[in-house]
Amino acid sequence: MSEVVATPVPMPAKRRAAQLFMLAGAVAIVMAAYANVGLAVDGAIPSGMLTYGLSLGGLMLIAYLVLAKFAPWADPLILPLVTLVNGLGLVMIYRLEVGGQEEASATNQIVMTGVGVVLFTVTLIVLRDHRALQRLTYTAGFIGLILLLSPLIPGLGREFFGARIWISIFGFSIQPSEFAKIALVVFFAGYLVAKRDVLALAGRRLLFIDLPRARDLGPVIITWVVAIGVLVLQRDLGSSLLLFGGFIVMLYIATQRTSWVLIGILLFVGGAFIAGQLFDHVGDRFEVWLNPSAPEFYDREVGGSYQLMQGMFGMGAGGILGTGLGQGYPQKIPLAYSDFIFAAVGEELGLTGLMALLLIYALIVERGLRTSIAARDPFSKLLAGGLSFVLAWQLFIIVGGVTNLIPLTGLVTPFMSQGGSALLANWILIALLVRMSDAARRPPPQAIQDEGLTQVFQR
Amino acid sequence: MNGTLKRAAVACLVMFGLLMLNVNYLQALKAEELRSDARNIRNYYDRYDVQRGRITAGGTILAQSVEKKKGDFRFVRNYPDGKVFAHVTGFFSPESQSAIENSENRYLDSTHPDLLLRRGIDLFTGEPTRGANVEVTINPRAQKAAHEALSASGKRGAVVALNPKTGAILTMVSLPTYDPNVLSGTDKPTVFGAYNKLDKDKTNGPLVNRAINRTYPPGSTYKVLTAAAFLEDDTSRDGQTIVPAPQVLDLPNTTADLPNSGGAACGGGQVPLVYALERSCNTPFGKIGMDLGYDRMAEQAAKFGVGQPLAVPMSVSQSDVGPKEDQAALAQASIGQRSNQMTPLQMAMIAAGIANDGKVMKPHLVQKITDAKNDTIEEAEPEELSEAVSSETAAKLRQMMVSVVNNGTASRAQISGVEVGGKTGTAQTVQGKAPHAWFISFAPAQDPQVAVAVIVESGSAGTDASGGQTAAPIAKAVMEAVLNK
Repeated sequence: MSEVVATPVPMPAKRRAAQLFMLAGAVAIVMAAYANVGLAVDGAIPSGMLTYGLSLGGLMLIAYLVLAKFAPWADPLILPLVTLVNGLGLVMIYRLEVGGQEEASATNQIVMTGVGVVLFTVTLIVLRDHRALQRLTYTAGFIGLILLLSPLIPGLGREFFGARIWISIFGFSIQPSEFAKIALVVFFAGYLVAKRDVLALAGRRLLFIDLPRARDLGPVIITWVVAIGVLVLQRDLGSSLLLFGGFIVMLYIATQRTSWVLIGILLFVGGAFIAGQLFDHVGDRFEVWLNPSAPEFYDREVGGSYQLMQGMFGMGAGGILGTGLGQGYPQKIPLAYSDFIFAAVGEELGLTGLMALLLIYALIVERGLRTSIAARDPFSKLLAGGLSFVLAWQLFIIVGGVTNLIPLTGLVTPFMSQGGSALLANWILIALLVRMSDAARRPPPQAIQDEGLTQVFQR
Repeated sequence: MNGTLKRAAVACLVMFGLLMLNVNYLQALKAEELRSDARNIRNYYDRYDVQRGRITAGGTILAQSVEKKKGDFRFVRNYPDGKVFAHVTGFFSPESQSAIENSENRYLDSTHPDLLLRRGIDLFTGEPTRGANVEVTINPRAQKAAHEALSASGKRGAVVALNPKTGAILTMVSLPTYDPNVLSGTDKPTVFGAYNKLDKDKTNGPLVNRAINRTYPPGSTYKVLTAAAFLEDDTSRDGQTIVPAPQVLDLPNTTADLPNSGGAACGGGQVPLVYALERSCNTPFGKIGMDLGYDRMAEQAAKFGVGQPLAVPMSVSQSDVGPKEDQAALAQASIGQRSNQMTPLQMAMIAAGIANDGKVMKPHLVQKITDAKNDTIEEAEPEELSEAVSSETAAKLRQMMVSVVNNGTASRAQISGVEVGGKTGTAQTVQGKAPHAWFISFAPAQDPQVAVAVIVESGSAGTDASGGQTAAPIAKAVMEAVLNK
């Protein structure tokens, strides 16, 4: 028997202390921003600052302790970054509430943040091994579909701002598409892991691309029909784009076939084009995008560019350094507390603030993708990759829309926009990423020294 | 799968990169265009974001910015006695401003380069920037007295009072007036509606400052200037110099004649100059004008400031003696008719010049500008505009004008214990309309503290005596207020 050489395996550091330090930093930044708003608006530190600060700090401490106990190897950066974004969103909503935007409610948002953190910890405690989700592939798919289509159920669905994307239960309004997003990514991951070999089989070769076999197009067509259905029946271009884009990219990651991406884009653009011809609200968005400052769009009552331009006026007023928290007029931007919160931040924190914010989001996504690359099994890779991409994709759709990079479609800005559903769903999404990063960074099972050939695997 | 995952990561990177580029484009390159877009309401809110300086007059606040606890507008303009001082302060509407609010705007809103240092210090000490305060030369008591007296006549008109020694404008009243508080509201539709209504009222013209922006034929008050030219022409002349005063003056090359007011005789046909002024006879002054010629008359007018562009700091409409025509026109212009057009301010300057030993001081409305810390940034220095007549001529004219008040048409301007000099006027306008009543004066005659011009539009029954009835008491009220009588 040869002797096992005891070479020390490099262990990824847990970096718990660094995480706690960064978490405290994030809470401190948020509290300073709070004080800033109060000083600018009333000339005094807001009376609720200690309550808000302690609530946020307490919540994050709970999240940290649960994470340290149940996912000790988790990525140390994700929680502090999300805390920072969530906190800045809170401050902005508080600022809008103080500024007189009636729908903005910081109290509501902090309560929802609390529930979100509870869901985060519950997910971490209950879901000890995320691979359990793989067994729930089709259940997740079914739940996702039901959630996505639930606003269409008569008596349950509610229509706001022309989009039928809300349901009302026991007096609570819920936006189910945000939860559907997670369920469907779980479904796609499970499904694609099982079928990726089949889907990767090449059919005919046309020019430079290998076309898939016609019979494998089934799932793509089904997803496409659902996405276009959401677009047409719920008038929700944003969710439709988010869902279909996420699916296509996950398909690409799983099969490594560019042809899927091209087919997906062609299908969606074609569908959207036909929808644009048939339904005014889709076509209008496109025209408005090309020339938002034209008076004919600006003055249009419904489907015009008024909102978009108000957001851009705010960002223009902010300039490079911003007006300073509490010193601009973000409350004049319609929906500044939800879809247009990014523009509101742009006005008061300026280009500097927005660049920092985008970098924070980019870092969260990067940590997610890193988890995915480090993951050891295909399901984890696909799930982590899918969730991270969907987060980035959602941000691209809404921020791109608000800044007129792409046509405006309604979606919430993750962790910042006011609204319980999105906040809860995204905290669950983060819990899943944290859980997977814990698994990915956990040191691989090692041969226990002096025990000969017997190796013990850690599960 | 790592290869495709890395490609997906690159796609994410590209998406974030595009977002960042676009945000830079919006907030750095396109920011100015977005900021200055007329539809960007922030420009409108910014107007109310700085605490604008006060406009004060001798301790009385004419305009101030009041902080609002609620609402979108932080500081709203308030005019405690708006209607009385409206043509001095002007208004501060959502998109424009007028009068002092306009001409001193950059001091009031603190954007003037002179305030750069102050703003820099405020930035360091963290104090909010406040606009500079403007102290105007108005005497609030006299302004109120003028406003009340002119309002009591129920007519349109204007009153201007000057400190003859400095040129400081003590009173500037124009009726009808408006309430600047209404035009300085923050609600655009309300303000613009109110403005358009005032602006459309061309008959009453409440937005027009009649004191400086409307010209009228000065009528008999102009005889003072004709007399000044006559005395300047030959220093041996004085009030006792005998001048021809026919009942009717024949105007050469026309069928028309120049009669005295009401066709009356003027003494015995040969009268002392002072008598002609007391009775306000037309024929002697028409003849003097014709004898001196257009150029001499115009030159004398120019020496009193006529035709010179003026800003007090609001720009003043130009007064004009009319073009060079024939002798007949000159005779009429010499008694303040024909194309002779003067602003009330110009007439006050004539009275003030005579009161101030012949020196006309530059009229001004701004006394002092102080920053929020009460440090003086700018203070008005009395400035001589021109020497209109010699001090001897001025003394002779003063004596004659005192005589007008004591013995002539302006007895209602007499103030007990104070010697007042003055001259009434009645200016014909359109046929069939009542003439304008004028009065110019100064007091006390030995050491003049105040010079006044009053015009009451269509305020006369047609004779100089009635001009003295309407306009002279108003001037008296103002002089009394200035002299604390």
